[in-house]
Amino acid sequence: MAETLIKIKNLKTYFPVKKSIFSKKLFVRAVDDVNMYIPTGSTFAVVGESGSGKTTLARTVLRLIEPTSGEIEFEGKDILGLKGRDLLEVRRNMQIVFQDPYNSLHPRKLIKNIIGEGMKIHFKITDVEIRDRIAAVLKEVGLIDDHMYRYAHEFSGGQRQRIAFARAMVLKPKFIVLDEPTSALDVSVQAMVLKMMKEIKVQENLTYMFITHNLSLVDYIADRVAVMYVGEVVEMGDKSTIFEHPSHPYTDLLMASNPVPDPKFVREKRLMKGEIPSSINPPSGCRFHNRCPFADERCEREAPELREIKPGHFVRCHYPL
Amino acid sequence: MELRGKLLDISNLKVSFHTYRGVVKALNGVELWMDSGDRLGVVGETGCGKSVTSLAVMRLIEQPGEIQEGKVIFNGTNLVELSEEKMNRVRGVEMSMIFQEPRSSLNPVMKVGYQIGESIAKSKKIKIKQTYPEVKEMLRLVGLDPERVMNSYPHELSGGMSQRVMIGMGLASHPKLLIADEPTSALDVTIQAQILELLDELARKMGNAVMLITHDMGVVAEFCDKVLVMYAGNSVEYASTAKLFEKPLHPYTGGLLQAVPRVGRTDELMAIKGTVPDLVNPPSGCRFHPRCPHAMDICKVERPPFVEIEPDHYVACYLFKGKSEVREDG
Repeated sequence: MAETLIKIKNLKTYFPVKKSIFSKKLFVRAVDDVNMYIPTGSTFAVVGESGSGKTTLARTVLRLIEPTSGEIEFEGKDILGLKGRDLLEVRRNMQIVFQDPYNSLHPRKLIKNIIGEGMKIHFKITDVEIRDRIAAVLKEVGLIDDHMYRYAHEFSGGQRQRIAFARAMVLKPKFIVLDEPTSALDVSVQAMVLKMMKEIKVQENLTYMFITHNLSLVDYIADRVAVMYVGEVVEMGDKSTIFEHPSHPYTDLLMASNPVPDPKFVREKRLMKGEIPSSINPPSGCRFHNRCPFADERCEREAPELREIKPGHFVRCHYPL
Repeated sequence: MELRGKLLDISNLKVSFHTYRGVVKALNGVELWMDSGDRLGVVGETGCGKSVTSLAVMRLIEQPGEIQEGKVIFNGTNLVELSEEKMNRVRGVEMSMIFQEPRSSLNPVMKVGYQIGESIAKSKKIKIKQTYPEVKEMLRLVGLDPERVMNSYPHELSGGMSQRVMIGMGLASHPKLLIADEPTSALDVTIQAQILELLDELARKMGNAVMLITHDMGVVAEFCDKVLVMYAGNSVEYASTAKLFEKPLHPYTGGLLQAVPRVGRTDELMAIKGTVPDLVNPPSGCRFHPRCPHAMDICKVERPPFVEIEPDHYVACYLFKGKSEVREDG
């Protein structure tokens, strides 16, 4: 088995919500008891709809949000207890590219400073070296070195996302979280950006956590997939397993809902009902039971555990398909 | 002039916006037509003018924008020349529109039932209160609980429910044409599938035509029977959905289809090189020529006409004009 870069155990991130001073304390259970491991050199996709907790999970893994409880290991080291210099070193190794390139780049800084800032913090190097490295990384992501003397607004969406990626890359991290990196881009641009990310991953031996709501992208880029629903991982496994034999009814529904760009394709009819529940008051028992076509009273009563039905294939369902 | 579409026929539509940077030529001679009951998908990337086209049909272009040229013939009348008063009798009655963000297109301080009632009241010239039985029926049709939703405010509804309300509102006056501008882009995929199914079912039941504006090729393939591809303010290709996906003719359409990732696709994604042009200074000739792998000298100088290459397959590209000339000669 490949080495594990990141191991997540029983991770919970709750946000308190104020209802009234008399009512019981309520929490948004954004991430609820998540267990996963990310093998070194893989692309691990986290798929889910809005409110499923995928972004909160990623940010918790980077310690941008402190978890309520649980463990996160990076290269075998628990990172939740780290402080100071040790934390800084782990931070350098774990980078993120945000969803919206129009908001994630400082509008009044030169690209040179946006990309270079991290290097000033993490490396003891001269300005000349910094400039050389920026020029090199810009070239790597498909831009030219002259671009470092411009501002973010001078670039198109695709170019900005390349800059955001360059900013993450330049610190030579081992792990990059890509949080819906192409959802703000047009398809023709998306194709270029994804291709670039895929190529650089192989070159630099990176590990990605790829967060998306688009299953088609998962098939293009990922090795392993975790499907999240209302804060929980409902299914996890190799991409081929998940796509060929989705075992959780929610994964199945997600697959069947994904529009297929082929007019000859005939969609299998799914009984579709209900809305995504709130993670403040998740349904009792299995959180999917109110939308599930196979649910019975056991699902209403008893919450299923995430169990391994085949080696490496985990499902949270009493009656996997 | 003979009309190509019995319900709607847009020819040579030009719309410009006057900005401090100069004149943005958002639409540069758009051609689009529909028959009654058609489901036309209008696709293209950001800034190609698909939303502006729909706004121009509804005559909702506001300052600093203006319709400069062209005809929009809907049901036999040219909407471009219609007075504002007469246009008000078409808008929301004979054609209506659904927008991308359902929550920001509903009035937050009015109850949902009242908002739907307004459009029925307007088309039937009755009081809003008298429309309530019909509003309830409409809410039932779009799959909502009428008793609950009638008296709700928009913030009490989820995104999917709000879009159902919008659809109900759009169809309440039994329009001949429903324009849906990215109706599902703000929704999750499982909800998107529900909404598309609903639109499909209702359009079949009520027999209205739907113009669906989207950037998602998957949505087009599943919902539409005809497709118009737009690029930088021009119509570049028009065909039946089956034909367009099987045999795209315009290099841009081909590139777009190659760039779409899909489940089960193993080949590498192909991207179109370059970026979408700036519409203040669009490229000369064919606006796609700087990105086109097949660009010829004539493409840089002259704009290709939008012509029928095969029966019911229209393309604006010199690659094919050549072929049809050869055929005529031979």
